[in-house]
Amino acid sequence: MKLLVCVKQVPDLESRFKPDPSGQWYSETDLAFRINEYDDYAVEQAVRLREQLGDAAELTVLSVGPDRVVEVLKKALAMGCDRAVHVQDPAPHLKDPWQIASIIAAYARSQQYDLIFTGFQSQDRGSAQIGPTIAELLGYACTTTLVGFSFADGVVTATRELEGGLKGVVKMKLPALVTCQLGLNVPRYPTLPNIMKAKKKELETVPVANLLQEETRIATESFYAPEKKGGGMVLEGDVTELVNRVYAILKEKTPALRQ
Amino acid sequence: MKALLIGESREGKLLESTYELVGFARQLGADSAMFLVGDPGRLPGYAGKLYLADVAQAGEYQPDLHKKLILDAVEKENPDLVVFLHSSYGWDLAPRVAVRLGVGQVSEVIGFKEGGFELGACNGKMRRAVKLQGRVVVTIQAGAFAAAPAEGSPQVEPLKESAVSLVEFAGYQPPEPKDIDLARAEIIVSAGRGVGKKENVEVIAALAKALGGELGASRPVVDAGWVEHSHQVGTTGQTVSPKLYIACGISGAIQHLAGMKKSGFILAINKDREAPIGEIADVLVVADVLQFVPALTAKIAG
Repeated sequence: MKLLVCVKQVPDLESRFKPDPSGQWYSETDLAFRINEYDDYAVEQAVRLREQLGDAAELTVLSVGPDRVVEVLKKALAMGCDRAVHVQDPAPHLKDPWQIASIIAAYARSQQYDLIFTGFQSQDRGSAQIGPTIAELLGYACTTTLVGFSFADGVVTATRELEGGLKGVVKMKLPALVTCQLGLNVPRYPTLPNIMKAKKKELETVPVANLLQEETRIATESFYAPEKKGGGMVLEGDVTELVNRVYAILKEKTPALRQ
Repeated sequence: MKALLIGESREGKLLESTYELVGFARQLGADSAMFLVGDPGRLPGYAGKLYLADVAQAGEYQPDLHKKLILDAVEKENPDLVVFLHSSYGWDLAPRVAVRLGVGQVSEVIGFKEGGFELGACNGKMRRAVKLQGRVVVTIQAGAFAAAPAEGSPQVEPLKESAVSLVEFAGYQPPEPKDIDLARAEIIVSAGRGVGKKENVEVIAALAKALGGELGASRPVVDAGWVEHSHQVGTTGQTVSPKLYIACGISGAIQHLAGMKKSGFILAINKDREAPIGEIADVLVVADVLQFVPALTAKIAG
């Protein structure tokens, strides 16, 4: 059984962002990159299935991006993926989700995967389109936003997160694609021996030009910081002073402290 | 401009969020028609054409079948925009429809900008503008566009398609029983990732207690197992509108903001001055929650 998990490298979202000179995306200066949080859950779930199936399965991890994404591929290998594919693309941020999904689908089509895992969305672009678009292009069964996953007798049983605490249970035969929500599992930390082992695993590099056949459908016109809405007060300074000011505000403007 | 609005029903009922789609089309100044897989006996209050597939046959979660039905409606209506809510139904279905139509998709629109749409990026910290050319599939952010009132009756055009299903829906799992009802609370003090670790939730709970309020939490705190899910505020937890909401160490992800932005007064404590929570907070205190919150609790306790 062939498994694929797709990962994206994103900046630490606690960072401050500013537009790059093109005005279409953020400047990478001073940003630290790491695995997209949703994809961490996808890798963990894929690795668990790989362990459940034993040597009957092979798990590939794939990422599209510049050379820095090799770092997240290595992390995924150390978590338990068998091999990695780096689709080398110096400018993935200038491609729309349609193009990125088409690139991944072009690679996946040649490999005939039985089950594909992706994160529900990326933390920087947040389109939530990549997974279902790949599935549609490949004609796979697909369901999204998983908070539960099991596989037995050739059938995927997925628990989807809906709104307001409600969940939905979905069953699918292979080939299939699932997108993973936060909290699906507890992603493992790679251990030192596994990090060492990962160095010997195969890492295939594919130039994006070999896979890209589609034009942009929705181009970004501009990328900018939100306008500051007036009204909100910002308080800074000494904690004791802040507490006194906030106490007075709460007393004046809210029903708290009015006994 | 013409928009085909994709309504939603769940457990046999029309979802109220469907009227946000109508509100979006009105704000855009677009003509609209609606598509719904729903109960023919419980039609939406909508004065326009309604392409209706009977939920008894088409099911509530049969994405491959719903996709086919939507493609039928698109062929009949020839809209410029096919508009979904950015919901578990919409984000699941919209990309499938976009691929089949051979058009692009714009996800989670929050407003209009320079003849196009405005979207969030970087977890709400930044914005992106896109221009539209030709037909586009769109999902709109829940709560971003005011709902239009339910009024009028639709002209129903029934749709039917032969069953096609790659996925089998096995039913709903009800929400876990709640030990508290945040929706009724007048004061909520919520803990976010910024509290650092499970033990520190106590500090936030102590402030809630001192104010006679309830403890809330953001999603990462619940996912990490620091606080029970019943305390989660946001689109996948509870939507709340207390008189006072205090967000402690919550950066303000879109899904959280959607669940609490209607609160009467919002106080946020965050060490990041740029945190998106500051956009909707009445007061943002730039401080370490673990220093500020205990000091405020002590002051209240006298």
